[in-house]
Amino acid sequence: MRLSHRGVIAGLIAFSVGMAVVSMEGCKNPDSGKTGGATAGGEAAVRPKTTATGNAVTGNEIPVGEFASLTGSTATFGQGTHNGIQLAIDEANAAGGVNGKKIVLKTEDDASKPEQAQTVVTKLCTEDKVVAVLGEVASTRSMRGGSVCQKYGVPMITPSSTNPKVTETGDCVFRVCFTDDFQAAVAAHFAFDQGFRNVAIFKDIKNDYSMGYAKNFTDEFTKLGGKVTGEQTYQQDDTDFKAQLNSLKAQNPQAVLVPGYYSEVGTIARQAKDVGLNVPLIGGDGWDSPQLIPGAGTALEGCFFTDHYFSVDLRNPDTKKFIDAFKARYGANPDALSALGYDAARLLVDALKRAKTLDGPGIREAIASTKDFPGVTGKTTIDANGNARKSALVFQIKGNSFKVFKTYTPEQIGK
Amino acid sequence: MVRWALGRVVSIALTLVILYFISTYVGPRLQEYVLNVVVLCGIYVILAVSLNLINGITGQFSIGHAGFFAIGAYTGAAWSVLWLPRIIDLPFLKLGTFVGDATNLVIALILGSLAAGVAGFIVGLPSLRLRGDYLAIVTLGFGEVIRVLLLNTEAVGGARGMSGIPALVGSFHMELFWILLIIVMVIQLSRNLMRSVRGLTFLAVREDEIAADAMGVNTTRVKVTAFVIGSMFAGAAGVLYAHFFTGISPDAFDMNTSIIITTMVVLGGTGSVTGSVVAAILLTALPEFLRFMKDYRMVIFSTTLIVMMLTRPQGIFGHNELRWPRFLRRRKPAGQGSAA
Amino acid sequence: MQALVQQLIYGVQLGSLYALIALGYTMVYGVLRLINFAHGDVYMVGAYVGFYACTRWLPFRDLAANPSAGPTNIALAVVALILAMTICAILGALIERFAYRPLRNGLNDGDAHFWGFVLALPLAIKFGPLVSFRGLALLLILGIGFGFALRPVMRWLRRRIVLSTSRLNALITAIGVSLLLENGGLLVFGADQKFIGNVVPETNWNIAGIQISSGQFTIFVVSLALMAALRHIVLFTRRGKAMRAISHDIEAAKLMGIDTDRVIAFTFALGAALAGAGGVMVAALTHVKVSPLFGLLPGLKAFVAAVLGGAGNIPGAALGGVVMGVAEAFVAGSRFSTYKDAIAFCILIIVLLVKPAGLLGKNVAEKV
Repeated sequence: MRLSHRGVIAGLIAFSVGMAVVSMEGCKNPDSGKTGGATAGGEAAVRPKTTATGNAVTGNEIPVGEFASLTGSTATFGQGTHNGIQLAIDEANAAGGVNGKKIVLKTEDDASKPEQAQTVVTKLCTEDKVVAVLGEVASTRSMRGGSVCQKYGVPMITPSSTNPKVTETGDCVFRVCFTDDFQAAVAAHFAFDQGFRNVAIFKDIKNDYSMGYAKNFTDEFTKLGGKVTGEQTYQQDDTDFKAQLNSLKAQNPQAVLVPGYYSEVGTIARQAKDVGLNVPLIGGDGWDSPQLIPGAGTALEGCFFTDHYFSVDLRNPDTKKFIDAFKARYGANPDALSALGYDAARLLVDALKRAKTLDGPGIREAIASTKDFPGVTGKTTIDANGNARKSALVFQIKGNSFKVFKTYTPEQIGK
Repeated sequence: MVRWALGRVVSIALTLVILYFISTYVGPRLQEYVLNVVVLCGIYVILAVSLNLINGITGQFSIGHAGFFAIGAYTGAAWSVLWLPRIIDLPFLKLGTFVGDATNLVIALILGSLAAGVAGFIVGLPSLRLRGDYLAIVTLGFGEVIRVLLLNTEAVGGARGMSGIPALVGSFHMELFWILLIIVMVIQLSRNLMRSVRGLTFLAVREDEIAADAMGVNTTRVKVTAFVIGSMFAGAAGVLYAHFFTGISPDAFDMNTSIIITTMVVLGGTGSVTGSVVAAILLTALPEFLRFMKDYRMVIFSTTLIVMMLTRPQGIFGHNELRWPRFLRRRKPAGQGSAA
Repeated sequence: MQALVQQLIYGVQLGSLYALIALGYTMVYGVLRLINFAHGDVYMVGAYVGFYACTRWLPFRDLAANPSAGPTNIALAVVALILAMTICAILGALIERFAYRPLRNGLNDGDAHFWGFVLALPLAIKFGPLVSFRGLALLLILGIGFGFALRPVMRWLRRRIVLSTSRLNALITAIGVSLLLENGGLLVFGADQKFIGNVVPETNWNIAGIQISSGQFTIFVVSLALMAALRHIVLFTRRGKAMRAISHDIEAAKLMGIDTDRVIAFTFALGAALAGAGGVMVAALTHVKVSPLFGLLPGLKAFVAAVLGGAGNIPGAALGGVVMGVAEAFVAGSRFSTYKDAIAFCILIIVLLVKPAGLLGKNVAEKV
């Protein structure tokens, strides 16, 4: 080709490579990737406002969408949450619905995949024209669903996604649980209170929740005076962790933080024992699943994890009615995720009743102004960031079941 | 000479105007959901036709196309999300205005295509030494390496990907305009390539590389060019994807996607542009409209692949294109027609 | 230093598994010059057979409750191993017969019956739970019916298809079969993970500071035994000799009176049996979660191992497997642990560009 052609092409390539280099340098902070205006401070981030109007109720039915991981690697998350949501919606309909209109729940499965979550939420908002969306458990999938809901102006309530970035997506996204800056801080205080000063971290790089939890833990733990001896990463769906665990062992931690999902934690615990890393593991609410212990055998005995403020063992009189109803319908005790699903759905019904107009802005405003809603996981008030302030429990795994070990309130640790 | 240039300019301008009107008049009249499906079809058409350029026309078996798709998407998204906010506020770059959105998208497209082209160049180099299934495996490997690299680059969000990409494609009802523009470009390029003298060299490399080499064809240049052009268009498709769906993550660009695109090319007929277009539309739209097909999508795709290979390995259209119906053409001597 | 040796041990343990699977790839490539993409998924099926055998079909006793049940459990584990190997061998032969052989020999009546069953399957699933009398009866009757109906279709197709010796077609078919097994597995087994609990007594040994778990050690020893058995078959039996003849020159083998179709089926079955053994051992002894996509990545890595050692070369596959395992263990233990999957592809690309014949292979000039 002619010299001038070559020069032009070379110039363009150089330009793009140069841009790439420049961007890599400046962008150590993943938050800067968001046009949502998330500042480096994080806490007082401005939530983008939506301009879309969502869907309005037409006719005698109120279509409400739900997206959950009913199948896939985190199937128990979706199934448990769905059971809680379904119970709440059925109870609401039996009590007359919302001003006489019945709520129709449309549930979609995202197979534990973020791409699928985006697709099904788009379908719910555009084809099924739901007026609100409930979901999801995994923060990564909630963020995807949340950005779609924000685009279409449909309010979304996530029952148990704890990464702070989920509600930063925009003013259409709310949650009824605590955020990881609180949960991970609880873990840090707990670890410190147990006497651990040197902790290693083994986090899931494919998981926003895991990465965020690890970071928040590190910040709080080092503030308290502890030390993170080392960090390693794995990926969801990995099966072999020995090499990474071995390298963590070399720094002699007193405990290992594994803020991942139950699907890998069991195998990690086993392989940790195989490797000779005989220290307690600490985790987060991602461990909460009936499938956790079958995967681990006895390897998780004596380990701890933080979770939402719900347990059958607490024998809280407010929760008895819910527990009995759940047990009667599904034949098993509810776990924290089912309880949060139940609360999220009930809060939505309450907001629908309070909404001045049954359309996007109306419902959104009603949810945002929720104050002291009596939930089975605690009194729920939605703050300006769309988050709720709740207490946390620390469970210990003893004899193949979860036992409540300690309670932490936000005041206790200064949040 | 002037008439030739004038003719070109007029036809390009006319195309742009027609596409603009299609986009702004037909676009808003479609249901939101249908529009989503149409855009997705369009993106897969671009991907399939660009892969056809590598696989069908040049005969280099590449099954890592999703890698180029990914690079284009991420580069385009990086422009809009990471670099654009840091450039001084220029009036014609302001997001939210017609001119601003269009300019930004054009810049993103150029950057995305170039980045993907560079990747295509790198991936095309092994094709100089490898043939057939080994080349296929290497391209698959490259696709995976690209995905793992993106997974590990924190600057573009790592495993969580990027969300909040400005919806430049969807603004002002211009989605159809951009999609159709790139489709027209890639189809036109493929057809021109096949009909031109230079294009014959591509076909020659496909038919028998050693003979082509012996005939003086610069097989190196041909093969690398095929990879570069094919990957550039895949990159453009990626930019469009990122700016329409406003959220990308490495999951969307995995081996499954590469294989889906390959299935479209194989089903339609390697070497047939119409085949790729038809197959892409069929395989994207059908699962959307037939619920059962959506749930069993991958099972049906894989069975289709197997059945196609057993019964009609050359694909639906084989090596042919869709031509004007026979009675509209001048009569050709008997013996023509699609190969059995 | 100790950590280094430890990682080396892990690498060798991992590598023995890759070697088992790689042997299947390399044998099939040797006789057919085909990259059997579906091989990794046969490994996955082996793991599932192991799961069902260990948790449902065989009377394993809970070791925590009765510690003395150790020896019976070990015997049952051997039964599970043989079961998995047999089922996978049959699966391998079926894949060869219905997906790859028609590409060589054309479609015939046997294929008609097979596809008849395939068509009957969704109907049987829809109109009656499959694993019931009604479902199975429906499957049988419809299957045979469709089979007979498809016979003339096959004959018509046979006349019209021009058999090409294109290896790309076979490769695409292989990809199709692989996807089918994975996604079919997703449908049949469900995507939730399944775990096999402790079925045989397990301990950890500490030798001079190096940890070796009994499970991994067993896998290593059994892999060696299977590889030795394979070597015996290939070098010292008639079938093995036929395999080697076919991998050398298939036409000449046919002229010498070898029933190539049968030997090729045997090759597939053999490789699949090895992969199945690997699958069931990994699932039962390392308790990893078993999911339908479980075989994808190990399959690809084992393929790279086969290419690394020299495609078609049996000792090469074993060597390649060990090298791959060690490389991956070292990368996983370093700072760059998330790149451990990419390392396999990097090795592949380097090998193919630098020495395409592999470590132990010979360069074959291409005749024009």
